[in-house]
Amino acid sequence: MGTAPAILPNPPPLWEPGQVYHWPDAHGHFGPYGGLFVPETLMHPLAELRAAYEHYLGDPEFQAELDADLQDYVGRPSPIYQAQRWSRDLDGAQVYLKREDLNHTGAHKINNTIGQALLARRMGKTRIIAETGAGQHGVASATVAARLGLECVVYMGEVDVARQEANVYRMRLLGARVVSVKSGSRTLKDALNEAMRDWVTNVDDTFYIIGTVAGPHPYPAMVRDFQAVIGRESRAQMLARTGCLPDALVACVGGGSNAIGLFYPFIADEQVAMYGIEAAGEGLATGRHAAPLNAGRPGVLHGNRTYLMEDANGQIIETHSISAGLDYPGVGPEHAWLKDTGRAYYDAITDAEALAAFHTLIRTEGIIPALESSHALAYAAKLAPTMRRDQSILVNLSGRGDKDMHTVSTLEGLVL
Amino acid sequence: MSHIAERFASLQDRRRTALIPFVTAGDPHPSTTVPLMHAMVAAGADLIELGVPFSDPIADGPVIQRATERALARGVSLANVLSIVRAFRAQDPNTPVVLMGYLNPIEVMGYERFAVAAQAAGVDGALVVDIPPEEGAELVAALRRRGLDLAYLLAPTSTPERIRRIGEVASGFVYYVAVKGVTGAGHLDLGAVAARVSAIKSAISLPVGVGFGIKDVTTAAQVAAVADAVIVGSAIVSRIEALEQSPEAIPGAIAEFLVDLRTAIDAVDAA
Repeated sequence: MGTAPAILPNPPPLWEPGQVYHWPDAHGHFGPYGGLFVPETLMHPLAELRAAYEHYLGDPEFQAELDADLQDYVGRPSPIYQAQRWSRDLDGAQVYLKREDLNHTGAHKINNTIGQALLARRMGKTRIIAETGAGQHGVASATVAARLGLECVVYMGEVDVARQEANVYRMRLLGARVVSVKSGSRTLKDALNEAMRDWVTNVDDTFYIIGTVAGPHPYPAMVRDFQAVIGRESRAQMLARTGCLPDALVACVGGGSNAIGLFYPFIADEQVAMYGIEAAGEGLATGRHAAPLNAGRPGVLHGNRTYLMEDANGQIIETHSISAGLDYPGVGPEHAWLKDTGRAYYDAITDAEALAAFHTLIRTEGIIPALESSHALAYAAKLAPTMRRDQSILVNLSGRGDKDMHTVSTLEGLVL
Repeated sequence: MSHIAERFASLQDRRRTALIPFVTAGDPHPSTTVPLMHAMVAAGADLIELGVPFSDPIADGPVIQRATERALARGVSLANVLSIVRAFRAQDPNTPVVLMGYLNPIEVMGYERFAVAAQAAGVDGALVVDIPPEEGAELVAALRRRGLDLAYLLAPTSTPERIRRIGEVASGFVYYVAVKGVTGAGHLDLGAVAARVSAIKSAISLPVGVGFGIKDVTTAAQVAAVADAVIVGSAIVSRIEALEQSPEAIPGAIAEFLVDLRTAIDAVDAA
């Protein structure tokens, strides 16, 4: 943070050029990260999930059903939009936006919930559970549950229930039971704890739809694979549109599912720089942020080893971000590995910078971005001027900002 | 032979089922725990499970979650828990103490450093809820070098293959989780528990403790008929919670409960 970002990061310390990227390994590890750190009760159910997932990953009938749903129900492929006016103002690289905000339910989250819900049905599970922070993954889970006629319970921290009333109402309209979690810090991490406790208890008939690329193996790989449609489309669309790959990819990182979805199909394209942007909250120096890759250290939480926000005794500490979707003390283990290898570069954007980018995009392009995605936009605004006009940046516009009207208007002293 | 193995061998000679109480270290106050441990031993505890507070206890129900939050509010860390064990050892060199908790505090301290410090404090073993054998090799090795046991959980969902595998890596004892759920959850199905414990005992040679869902004297007695150890956690911790405002009464009240449990278990052992 602070200094102008370079188009290419420092030489990757561990990355071997031309390597075949093969992570995770057979045990769910991404280098030293990832893995399976769960109570014994969940070990066999996770083995069953892994077997089912690996089977259906290669099943043409399953893939055809998933593709049809992504097209007709989600509205894929989502377009690539060239932000011409904004790019002109930035006076550098051309900025393109991957419009995940145009998906059904308003964000990339549904790509994954559709995939997992179809898997749940094939595994004969009748009940799905999910955790949610801002409510986007909860809404996406409640949506697919309604469509498939599955019972749905969504765990949400009491603090988030209060600040995301509209999404709570949407989930209830969709027939989900929203459980307000009152333990711990009463936010996303505690919602995840409570969902794990539900799963341990109801493991026979229940499928846990984790919303990000975290959790025990196979979740980080499975969620990545369901979200990789973002990067596959983007790669083809950029080639068709510009005749070449983008020079840089930018995406926000909370747990990191939209970022990994964009990055993964580009990993072998080593000329494409990848930037994952965490929430610097009130500033990394203040300690009030949600940037474990930038300011945390490795540990074990929620079933995997990854970078965490923790104190000297290994207790998880509270995070802060203007955007509830980035307000999480961990991060997907594959991001931890991409950081250590140097294949991707991770930086952080403050609340104030994200909010400024939010307004800029609205006024120059007529698009209201989610506050999460606004972190990626703010970074692109720093990056573009350091690049040539014939270069390009692709930003994952992972969600729309309708859900954030209340947050932003309150910050600005208005009452809706 | 480890301290824990010796204790189980001696109990077996006396045909006595072990009573293992669980309390969260530092709940409701760090000064409560050592006197409470001594009182529990006097009341018939054969081993003590000491919970190490962690901010995100995914395997615990509301009762132990609240105990954890009370201890964390007092700033109780893994290092503090080791100090508690050291203080306990000053007067009781014999009763085995097993730390029970989650991996991250140990991960942050470092496996080797933890093993050295735990041995020095007088800890006899650990049970780490979120480290299955697939991830546990390094921790097992670090603890073994210091003569410490790593006990493992077995669950209703554990397959015969997993039971065998855990039998190979676990030491001290194995802890059979009697219900699908979190600590303090629902009612256990005694018939199912008996069948599972018997299957486990035919597959592995370690003593088998049973816990999760043992709420009262009656259940404890029923479980004593099939298990090598009866592990009681939430039922004790909820009694501690009720006395949060008068902590001086805690050791006596818990001792009274343990005497009732011990008496019921002894009756089963004598039958």
